[in-house]
Amino acid sequence: MNDHIKIEVRRLNFYYSGALHVLKDISFSMYKNTVTALIGPSGCGKTTFLRCLNRMHDLYPGNRYEGEIWMDDDNILDKDIDHIGLRSKVGMVFQKPTPFPMSIFENIAFGLKLMGIKKKTEIAERVERALKDAALWEETADILNKFALSLSGGQQQRLCIARAIAVEPEVILMDEPCSALDPIATAKIEELITELTKRYTVIIVTHNMQQAARVSEYTGFFMMGKLIEFDTTQKIFTAPSNKMTEDYITGRFG
Amino acid sequence: MMTIEQVRKLKSLIALAFCTLAAFFGLFWLIFILGDVLIHGIGALNPSLFTNDPVPPGIEGGGLRNAFVGHLIITSFATLIGVPVGVLGGTFLAEYARGRKIARVISVLSDIMVSVPSIVIGTFIYAVLVKPVGHFSGWAGAVALAIIMIPVVLRTTEDMLSLVPWTLREAAFALGAPYYKVIIHVVYRAAAAGILTGILLSIARVVGETAPLLFTSFNNSFFSANMNGPVSSLTVTIFQYAMGPYGSWHSQAWAASLMITVFILVLTVLGRFILRWRYGKRPTI
Repeated sequence: MNDHIKIEVRRLNFYYSGALHVLKDISFSMYKNTVTALIGPSGCGKTTFLRCLNRMHDLYPGNRYEGEIWMDDDNILDKDIDHIGLRSKVGMVFQKPTPFPMSIFENIAFGLKLMGIKKKTEIAERVERALKDAALWEETADILNKFALSLSGGQQQRLCIARAIAVEPEVILMDEPCSALDPIATAKIEELITELTKRYTVIIVTHNMQQAARVSEYTGFFMMGKLIEFDTTQKIFTAPSNKMTEDYITGRFG
Repeated sequence: MMTIEQVRKLKSLIALAFCTLAAFFGLFWLIFILGDVLIHGIGALNPSLFTNDPVPPGIEGGGLRNAFVGHLIITSFATLIGVPVGVLGGTFLAEYARGRKIARVISVLSDIMVSVPSIVIGTFIYAVLVKPVGHFSGWAGAVALAIIMIPVVLRTTEDMLSLVPWTLREAAFALGAPYYKVIIHVVYRAAAAGILTGILLSIARVVGETAPLLFTSFNNSFFSANMNGPVSSLTVTIFQYAMGPYGSWHSQAWAASLMITVFILVLTVLGRFILRWRYGKRPTI
């Protein structure tokens, strides 16, 4: 196994407000410059887990974490951790495309301005680079000032990826990024994900088993709030050690 | 003997007839009023109405410049006070106090405030801003109108912000944006058309008010832009001129009524137009 650990989760428990115990004793590690796929049936807690990694749950009152998540040398569950700083290091792409109600250019510039970049030429340069990295530049180079919502669904999702990578985070979280897209757009984004691992650590939640097999190096199988098995994708899909994993992978349930 | 189908058809026809009659009854008065204002108003419109100040009855060539300008000043100041308070208050309810009890309490109180008779607000301002000072003032008028505007703007802002999906806010948070930047750059933009419409409709609401001005800015037969003294307004002028005994006063009151009606119509249509353009459906406000 790769020994460059980026994120190490230690005995993570998570409760939604009302003491709903959703994540139970999760412990595993995610490695630098790899794609880790999280699979499992609906309601198993994989999205909840993903949203722990950028403290998204803190936006809503009453949610509670237990345990530790170490990213490099920081425990991001520390109550003194700066959410804004954390989120600028951990980007996120959501299930449905979420372009901001502004132009394509401004969508990406928004994050750059948050970083404190003021020079117009630098912003323009980085917007272009982000769009190129997200394989969207050819389609949008001439329409940068158009309203982002006028793009197609697949383009909007790639715009959201461009927006996330423009600020050069260390980790990118993807919550079923292709579930609202057609197969062609999905293929483009999968290609992109593989490309992204050159610079980023990617964690992707997916319902699509083939997608997990195609894009990821490591796979974690969640069920009922527990991490049932975590291993290399190859191992999980060819010789899972747990019976439940095997049943899920082979489509016997879920 | 009628079959059950025929009975149903007959009932349906009777219900339809009553509904149509009621609709036409309402529409009749509406057209009657607007038509009357239009006919009498257009006849009395002339350039001197806008350029001259009032002259004593019997002398030719008087106008209502003082009332037009005064009305504009009072309404502008009311907007300057009411809109920021309303928008910020609505933002507090929809964002910072979302789901908390205080938000619901303020929301319900605002709904009650919207339906408080405006004369109550006029007398209230009279008691706190006119009586202690000892004289009528434009400021008192502007504050009275602002108080009427605030709940309208506040509730519209709250509703429009609540319509912005949470995923959009999350996306902005996920980039590391602090809450105030999420609100200013993302949420406000998403809700801009709705908020703007609320502001326009709230201006339309106060521009035709007489009662709150009667006790506050009162009236002034002379041109005055001094907000510390009585300032003339179209609505109070209409009230006084319509009650007066002179024919020239009456026709000027008609002209002023027409101008105010047209202004409100333009604001309302503009507001609805923006909403429809942005949301592509009929507004529910």
